[in-house]
Amino acid sequence: MSLAPSEHAPAAAPAGRGTIDQTGRTRTGRRRLLTPTSVPYLLIMPAVLGFAIFKAYPIVASLWISLTTGNGADRHFTGLDNYQRLLHDPLFWTALKNTALILVVQVPLMLGLALLVALGLNSTKVWLRPLWRLGVFVPSLTGLVAAGVMFSVILNRDAGLLNWVLSLFGIDRVNWLGSPFWARIGVVLVITWHYTGYNAVIYLAGLQGIPQELYEAAKVDGAGPIRRFVSITVPQLRPILLLTVVLSTIGTLQLFDEPYVLTGGGPDNSTLTVTMYLYNNGFKYFDFGYASALAYALALIVAVLGLLQVRLMGERK
Amino acid sequence: MKRHSPLLTLLLAGAFGLCVAPFYWLAMAATQENSDVFSWPPKLLPGGHLMENLQGLQDSIGLTRVLFNTALVAGVQTAGAVVVSVLAGYAFAKFEFRGRNLFFVLLLSTLVLPDTVMLIPIFEMMMKLGLIDSYQSVILPGLVTPFGIFLMRQSLRSMPDELLDAARVDGAGELRVLWRIVIPVNRPVIAALALFVFLGGWNQFVWPLIALRSPDMYTLPVATATLQGLVTTNYAQVLLAAAIAAIPVMALFLVLQRQFISGLLAGATKE
Repeated sequence: MSLAPSEHAPAAAPAGRGTIDQTGRTRTGRRRLLTPTSVPYLLIMPAVLGFAIFKAYPIVASLWISLTTGNGADRHFTGLDNYQRLLHDPLFWTALKNTALILVVQVPLMLGLALLVALGLNSTKVWLRPLWRLGVFVPSLTGLVAAGVMFSVILNRDAGLLNWVLSLFGIDRVNWLGSPFWARIGVVLVITWHYTGYNAVIYLAGLQGIPQELYEAAKVDGAGPIRRFVSITVPQLRPILLLTVVLSTIGTLQLFDEPYVLTGGGPDNSTLTVTMYLYNNGFKYFDFGYASALAYALALIVAVLGLLQVRLMGERK
Repeated sequence: MKRHSPLLTLLLAGAFGLCVAPFYWLAMAATQENSDVFSWPPKLLPGGHLMENLQGLQDSIGLTRVLFNTALVAGVQTAGAVVVSVLAGYAFAKFEFRGRNLFFVLLLSTLVLPDTVMLIPIFEMMMKLGLIDSYQSVILPGLVTPFGIFLMRQSLRSMPDELLDAARVDGAGELRVLWRIVIPVNRPVIAALALFVFLGGWNQFVWPLIALRSPDMYTLPVATATLQGLVTTNYAQVLLAAAIAAIPVMALFLVLQRQFISGLLAGATKE
């Protein structure tokens, strides 16, 4: 027994352990579990379990909940009532409009800036490049709450850092966060500050992947810097541009933390976002059915916009 | 031939300044008295009230406990998610098995679905299990990260099969191949993944805000947000909390930036 316990104790082993692996090597009982066919299944098992419990099930359950009203044992099926209500809910449309406005202004602004920064960081004519790259990436490490708290003071009308800096240039104090128009701009500023460097670093990777010969050939053919940018850089970067556009769109559509911390959705609901409205319905009023309908409406919008973007920017070769 | 352009350098230094200046101000503001946070012009030098503000945070949110909670949640989540991702990524990259493509596509498709879709069912599930207001409720949903599995698969795919087969021929079992070859060879990507997950876990807000009830269980972002919601907010303390939240992440990033950025790039460029 003590010489080779695992070899001679098949009775004690659970079913399935007795298989001899294909190479016929002698193995301990523990290893017998790992036959060439079972290995991949064992490897993905934790992922499958987690996926089933925390992704697949909630996705389906959420759809079901969106067709019901009431909570817990009280829940009953109401068909599309929640979706009907959604269509006639002015606050939903306000939230959607705010989110869309922020999306349309913020994503192009941020990605444009990110591309400029990346082009700068990619230039060999710049001194101390690693330092600048490090610096622009740092904001994206900060948590959204920390950034939100920080900017809620920086954007303060009476004593905030930003208004003080502007005053040095003779610009009057701006009521960031206090007026509907400027509050939206304030939210856009904070998100742009937060993620521009992150996107710039992604673009930088793309730029460094473009074969240098393309540029040299174009130069020989007499193409100027702008021509080279339009005819080489942009097409070569297209997959990465698409990736960032889609990711930023998804991110912005789900905007929650920044307005929650910065403005609480105000003033006058001007920075209320769809996710924030969902949160209010679900976890303040405990109307899970309606909140789930909002979640699915949002998912639908994300999916449609994502597909559109892939269609418009993708393929075409 | 390599001539530097002062203008371009200056422009990038400007971008750098815009990104970093708020942190400088944050660090300074966190050392002021509350009343000095809103002085005009802003105080841009250290204020000497750091210890007092730290004590204030300890009294108001139980800073040490909250930091412990945050580190525990982020740490366990990181360890778990890395293990799950490496195992699954390896399977997807290096094994043929039935259902492989189907499951991989399913997994990826959840990447584009907003997380908010899953909030309510997961909340109900945690309620039923009696896990609301526990560490488990915050940690568990973060263990499966489709992005992590994707990243590991992409990176493991480029590993030569010969390397693995050579080890197998030499008599190494699958676990040994994984432990002795796959993991060491891919250490940089694994480090990057660990950083990503840690960053996400340390900073996550919406879900802990929903799942946690008692101030004793709060993580730093949740505690910070509740502090700010108070009627008489002590802004010097809130800002100190924000600064404290930023410190470990920055430190980790500085130590591991090479891996971090190359990991980020691996995810972005390999299609």
